[in-house]
Amino acid sequence: MLAFTIRRLFEALVVMLTVALLAFVLFRYVGDPVSQMVGQDTSLEDRTRLRLELGLDDPVYIQFARFVGNAVRFDFGISYQVKQPVTRLIAERMPATIELALAAALFAVALGIPMGVYTGIHRDSWLSKLFLTVSLIGISLPTFLIGILLIYIFAVWLNVLPSFGRGDTIPIGFWRTGLLTASGLKALVLPAITLGLFQMTLVTRLVRSEMLEVLRTDYIKFARARGLPERAINFGHALRNTLVPVITVIGLQLGSIIAFAIITETVFQWPGMGLMFIQAVQHADIPVMAAYLLLVAFLFVLINFIVDLIYVRIDPRIRILRRGA
Amino acid sequence: MPDSVLSVRDLRVGFATRHGTLVAVDGVSFDIAPGEVLGVVGESGAGKSLTGAAVIGLIEAPGRITSGEVWLAGRRIDTLGAEAMRKVRGRRIGMVFQDPLTSLNPLYRIGDQIVETIRAHANVSEDTARERAIALLQEAGIQGARARIDSYPHEFSGGMRQRVVLALALCAEPDLLIADEPTTALDVSIQAQIIALLKRLCRERGTAVMLITHDMGVIAETADRVAVMYAGRIVEIGPVREVLRNPRHPYTKGLMGAIPTIAARTGRLVQIPGAMPRLAAIPTGCAFHPRCSQAFDRCYSERPERMPAGAAEAACWLFAEPTRVHA
Amino acid sequence: MSDIANKVRGASPSQPPPSHRGQGTGWSSHIATILDSDLFYSFWRSKLVVAAAILTALLVGAALLAPLIAPHDPYDLKSLDLVNADMPPAWNSRGDRRFLLGTDDQGRDILSTILYGTRSSLLIGIASVLLAVAIGVTLGLWAGYAGGRADSFIMRIADVQLTFPAILTALLIDGVALAIFKSYRMEGGKFWILVISIGLAYWVQYARTVRSVTLVERNKEYVEAARLIGLSPLKIMFQHILPNVLSPVLVIATINLALAIITEATLSFLGVGLPPTEPSLGTMIQVGNKYLFSGSWWMVAFPGLMLALLALAVNLLGDWLRDALNPKLR
Repeated sequence: MLAFTIRRLFEALVVMLTVALLAFVLFRYVGDPVSQMVGQDTSLEDRTRLRLELGLDDPVYIQFARFVGNAVRFDFGISYQVKQPVTRLIAERMPATIELALAAALFAVALGIPMGVYTGIHRDSWLSKLFLTVSLIGISLPTFLIGILLIYIFAVWLNVLPSFGRGDTIPIGFWRTGLLTASGLKALVLPAITLGLFQMTLVTRLVRSEMLEVLRTDYIKFARARGLPERAINFGHALRNTLVPVITVIGLQLGSIIAFAIITETVFQWPGMGLMFIQAVQHADIPVMAAYLLLVAFLFVLINFIVDLIYVRIDPRIRILRRGA
Repeated sequence: MPDSVLSVRDLRVGFATRHGTLVAVDGVSFDIAPGEVLGVVGESGAGKSLTGAAVIGLIEAPGRITSGEVWLAGRRIDTLGAEAMRKVRGRRIGMVFQDPLTSLNPLYRIGDQIVETIRAHANVSEDTARERAIALLQEAGIQGARARIDSYPHEFSGGMRQRVVLALALCAEPDLLIADEPTTALDVSIQAQIIALLKRLCRERGTAVMLITHDMGVIAETADRVAVMYAGRIVEIGPVREVLRNPRHPYTKGLMGAIPTIAARTGRLVQIPGAMPRLAAIPTGCAFHPRCSQAFDRCYSERPERMPAGAAEAACWLFAEPTRVHA
Repeated sequence: MSDIANKVRGASPSQPPPSHRGQGTGWSSHIATILDSDLFYSFWRSKLVVAAAILTALLVGAALLAPLIAPHDPYDLKSLDLVNADMPPAWNSRGDRRFLLGTDDQGRDILSTILYGTRSSLLIGIASVLLAVAIGVTLGLWAGYAGGRADSFIMRIADVQLTFPAILTALLIDGVALAIFKSYRMEGGKFWILVISIGLAYWVQYARTVRSVTLVERNKEYVEAARLIGLSPLKIMFQHILPNVLSPVLVIATINLALAIITEATLSFLGVGLPPTEPSLGTMIQVGNKYLFSGSWWMVAFPGLMLALLALAVNLLGDWLRDALNPKLR
């Protein structure tokens, strides 16, 4: 178990270093950092001094080491666009994104798993077909279109929910939460559904196909042959065996929820990291892009790691036999 | 036959396809007496496993029983509803599948799987069921059953797992056990042990067995009677000694000839040319006629029903009384 | 039991009973074989799939023929007149018969812009899928056939990239390209930036699939034989192994086409895709979204509907293709 944890940690480190290298190359070689930071009329001496200060003349590996060292201390430099430390920008924006992502994930799982189980067991019922059709539409509709549709229905037409912003927030330490005010919760509904809908359809379809797969296995046949009640077969033997892949995907999807939050935040003008990132891309604000990249990679790696640990709890075989990854 | 445990009458299993219904089991009838072991042999695809699945009511769509009857101890079961049939499964009819590696749910301790099964059929406490499970595992040859009951399937070897599977199939004390190729997936050295165990456990309980296999050696050792299937039909059925020593149907003869030990004893090697027909293209008349060296006119046009042939019965025109041509 | 089921399935398709088929010669027998195939059968069995195919054909046809059938040319800046801006659809009392689905904030005809926009969305989608297939299949074949270091290097890259959702990868590449080319005036270059961003975001799945098939095929006798008679590895890979991966690649490509179209629309919607002067469905929706609250719903509704229909139809086809070519999932 310890060896396994250490190996996983090592693999995570390799991924992080790869991404860091990518971010560094971005930061260092896409455009000239100096001319991004200073105005047109800065003198050549000032520029040279800045180059020296930033250590841009040092050997590349020293620069990279410094970049990594800074990143570990959450120092990502100054945003080209708003001229503020990137770390502060992120700290301000992160709570909004995390709250949105968790609400969306909860929505997706709470609805997706029961729908998936139902459609897996009752393959040919009309309700299953309805679920699957809806889920296909959910997969085909781009996130931003769903958001616009929801805004049109609930904000423009019915005028019951806000269409942009986070509502009122309350600070708890550095974390500004919108979960404790009525307007904050109201503001969360549409973005969370928009962001979670796609994931929900994904969870539904995954659980369904895993259920179909598991229901065909010999041990389910054998469970039937032993006269176990359908409920015990479906919810005990079958569902539990689908959980390993389902948890993997849900874990990975949590990462992609954070990425997809870029779109949702743009549609709803939700003041999170995604909105920050898209503004950075539009203005070629490399330090912000690099920091966001590293942060998202870190979150993904962290989630993957946790998912792996959960695996081991669910599937006893993994305690001995590790999947080759 | 009121004294039979199992009585199958003219059973047909078909698969609906877009080219019409394909008949995979075609008019199969047989009986199994209490405590009797009936061996069912034939090549794969002959309909053996499907017959077993039909008896226990586990045929998967698009397959279904198209006609015929299945009687269990005087009660017709092929027409039972889902819940009534569930109560028959495990409690009245047990079943063992081919592959012990995949028959056990990998995420459940073996003890939990046995306890769950016992309690699905008998109103007993968790503790009672657990004690029974331990006793049963011990009987099935799992050493240190009390310590190993909380192990997961992957912690057992293939042979041990098949012992667990046998214990599971028998834990609700069924009257009939359907064993579908129970040793095919195992090492040869372990096969004999498992067969011996199956025989012993069933004899002690008076459980009748329908033993599906393609291994004539297993049949010779275990079965009381044997049914030979070809292309969805029973072509010969009778006492096992009689059929093995003195096979009547040309197909049975061929099957015997394919076993080296017996071939060596009889001094000739019979080989069956060709292969079993696809379901979509079963020949008219006797399905075996294209491969039969003794086929004659009647075999091409008329399908033989089972008729007495020595102490056994064979579905072959060679044994039709009036037009007997060959010797 | 299940092996019987497989036999039954295996027995029914593509081997027509000798009695009534196969007498035809040449084309007629070919057509008879196609009509009798499983693929074709499962196609006709589902009305939804037939509808999706017809819809796809209509949309693709309309988009490709846009210059011929569109009533206006949205690229022709001279024909634009702000007097015509923000007009509702023709059936509305304030509408104008010249503009069936209304006009946008620049006075462009929505219908024409949709046709042209679908055209660019489709072209970008198809081009980026082709790019992804080319990269993925090549790398997958190489990794699977060569094995060793090349294999683990390629697959490690794939693993790392797989940690990120494709949309993020596309956004990043797009952002980097923007940063690099910021100083250049790139008229039309945005098209290729988008194709490359989206193509590079989606190659991993092909590479993984192709690699796993290649690993199996590599050890079969016919590959061994080809190697023994001295065929070059390239020839073995592309002539002998490649045909085995075509059907999974086709399935992935169809589903990815829908994804690529959506990705392009998303990038354009986020303001980093095609500029408003080169209409795509995403840009139209982005522009229309700004006017949603002022009641000009048609600016976003029609392009949105078009995008949804296109993605849905392609997705349905992809779903059907996957089910039909992979009997295991049936």
